[in-house]
Amino acid sequence: MDPFQFVIERYNYWIFIVLMMIGLYTVIARGNLVKKIIGLNIFQTSVFIYYISIGKIAGGTAPIYLPGDMYRRMDHDDGHGGDGHGGEGHAGDGHGAAGHAGGHGETKAGGHDPDAGHASPESAPEPVEASDLHAGDANAAGALTATDGDAIGHAATADLHGGAANALHADAAGEAKTAEPHGAESHGGDAYGSAVDFVEPIYSNPLPHVLILTAIVVGIATTAVGLALAVRIREAYGTIEEDELEAADNISEFGVADPRERAEAQAGVGGASSVSQQSASGQSDPNGRGRKLAGDRFGFRRAGAGEEGGAA
Amino acid sequence: MNIAEQLPVLPIITPLVLAPFTLLMPNGRAAHVWAMAVTGLSFLFCAMLLAQVADAGPISYQLGDWAPPLGIEYRVDLANALVMLLISAVAALVAPFSYESIRTEIDERQLPAFYCAFQICMLGLLGVVVTGDAFNVFVFLEISSLSTYAMVALGARVDRRALTAAYNYLVMGTLGATFFVIGLGLIYQATGTLNMADIRVQLSQGASNSMVEASFAFIVVGMGLKAAAFPTHLWMPNAYTYAPSAVSAFIAAASTKAAVYVLIRFTFTVFGTDFEFIQAMLTYILTTVALAGMFFGSLVAVFQSSVKRMLAYSSVGQIGYMLLGLSFGTEAGVQASLIHLFNHGLMKAALFMSVACVMLRLGVHSCAGFHGLTKRMPFTAAAFIFAGLSLVGVPLTVGFVSKWYLLQAAFDVGRPWAAFLIVASSLIAVVYVGRVVELILLREPPVDGPLSADANGEQVREAPLSMLIPMWLLVAANVYFGLRTDVTAGLAGRAANALVGGGQ
Repeated sequence: MDPFQFVIERYNYWIFIVLMMIGLYTVIARGNLVKKIIGLNIFQTSVFIYYISIGKIAGGTAPIYLPGDMYRRMDHDDGHGGDGHGGEGHAGDGHGAAGHAGGHGETKAGGHDPDAGHASPESAPEPVEASDLHAGDANAAGALTATDGDAIGHAATADLHGGAANALHADAAGEAKTAEPHGAESHGGDAYGSAVDFVEPIYSNPLPHVLILTAIVVGIATTAVGLALAVRIREAYGTIEEDELEAADNISEFGVADPRERAEAQAGVGGASSVSQQSASGQSDPNGRGRKLAGDRFGFRRAGAGEEGGAA
Repeated sequence: MNIAEQLPVLPIITPLVLAPFTLLMPNGRAAHVWAMAVTGLSFLFCAMLLAQVADAGPISYQLGDWAPPLGIEYRVDLANALVMLLISAVAALVAPFSYESIRTEIDERQLPAFYCAFQICMLGLLGVVVTGDAFNVFVFLEISSLSTYAMVALGARVDRRALTAAYNYLVMGTLGATFFVIGLGLIYQATGTLNMADIRVQLSQGASNSMVEASFAFIVVGMGLKAAAFPTHLWMPNAYTYAPSAVSAFIAAASTKAAVYVLIRFTFTVFGTDFEFIQAMLTYILTTVALAGMFFGSLVAVFQSSVKRMLAYSSVGQIGYMLLGLSFGTEAGVQASLIHLFNHGLMKAALFMSVACVMLRLGVHSCAGFHGLTKRMPFTAAAFIFAGLSLVGVPLTVGFVSKWYLLQAAFDVGRPWAAFLIVASSLIAVVYVGRVVELILLREPPVDGPLSADANGEQVREAPLSMLIPMWLLVAANVYFGLRTDVTAGLAGRAANALVGGGQ
């Protein structure tokens, strides 16, 4: 297989991998606690994108199933179909309507089993996003159909449908011209109303969406807790830089910012060269002066100093 | 509605409904009583569940009556009933234990929030274990983890390093959980289902491919992070050291165990050892990691000046034993793994509890606080010694039972060198436990200095009964299950048979 095509066809996975690595790198490489949280967010978001992309079925619409929901399909010689839209459930849902305006080579008759839609091959083009304008049209179509009551009644009002669906289709086609390999513009309005068929709507797989909604909630909760911790760390330490936090901990425990310095300072071999003055003086009174120095040295407001005093 | 029919969901749903009310409690005492009641109820349900499963075989419970594989299924067999019993038992004992200890370590006003988080943590862990739906594992895992982060951070009043410990735990824990989710996404893509039993059916019909293998790798790394298996244990020593003492006792005993259980469940029930790559991973990677963890954890524990940190590193080593049992890939290995999982929960909870008692009276968890403890707090000292002996694996304690079955499993699978290494690393445990025991038994308590008296400047007294009784119940369990080996070993044996055999 052409390696270039191999890469291009799986572009969603590449986006996932690149974002994932950016996030992971940020978490590992950045010392700032808030930046780490942002990295974590990017990492998680990449997984959301991955899940959603595996749930996408080409030509599929939003997975909202209603018993009266029917798509109406006009067959063309070239196999492309434009859909009118007759469900009250999708009335006003421009996305759902436009998803089918992109056309789909497969015709399905009858049956309400939503799984049938899932079986469709990926050969169908991606759907075109509809603007609010189209949604209005779809609404009109839906309203007309709603009066029909059930599927049998559709044939009688085929003309009405044709008109409404045509308007919808034309709008969608205008957008589709650049994006769609199956040019929707090839469907003439005259074709409408000629061959009327009732087919299954094609739904995207709803499960990954549901899973990811849950994962998003979890992600937000994690971010909130992480940021709250960062705030508390800032209050207790006066900084959210990882290396400064480490230095502050070392100063309160050992009296110097870097434990390795202490050995040299105690050995007294030209301590001034490697041991900073601050660290050396902090050593004399590790618990009191050292901590104060940590605050001064990093020039941060010593917020929450009272709480810190609780350490005993 | 028949209670027995709803039993699998009751340990989860009870705290889920009741825990938020803890936040409305006017003071810490009321919240504490509420938490005791809720954890006690959960424990009761778990015990009933175990009894029922042991009698009548595995239970499948359909949440909301939605049939699996589309609906979420709770599937309880002996393996998860046993782990659920451990988690709820430790929670039910830590709840009464915690009050005296926790109120000296955190702000009085935060007590209701703490007890709320505590119950939610327990329900999350129980949920991880009970569910038969792979994605549900992730959700419950994060429920328990989020409350654990909060509980660890509460230690900030005593030592501000609890904050950075909690933060690092959060970052590592979230990475682990997200890796797990990626693994689930891959397996979902490969099989089109998230029900564990259904995944197994789908996988057994097709050959393995790189997607399934990648999925397993992601799941193992993710759960390894959560379980603090050796190279991914970095969050754990600090979190255990700086968390409030009662929290350490609970999470050390329960939370990593749930992650190890998930590893066992996914390896044997979901993927199954028929796959060549799983055999290879168990033999080459997991064995190495387990052995390295056993020695690394034990060796580092020897050099710790804080007893809490020593116990935390010891946990890294003990997780190594569990993974070693799992890595044999045999029924005997899984049995040993499950036995040790249960027993280690008992001994670590007792050990951390005795440190909490010392912390309460002396305000330190360093070795210095343990000098001459027999003369000042004899019951606490005795509890530490008994549980410590159990950790080493002295006969008549549960630790011995674990090691015995682990050794048998090692010989069974034809790896006498693994048996040798188990014994060798146990000898290191003798060193680190012995160090503290020496301080307790042979040193004189300090006569002057800050540790000669308690916080009020009075003579150091024994810990209050509300702490001693739960602690000694755990020590008694350590001895009881060490003598009645047939109870845990029998249950774990049947559980392992079901897990490795695939069917029930």
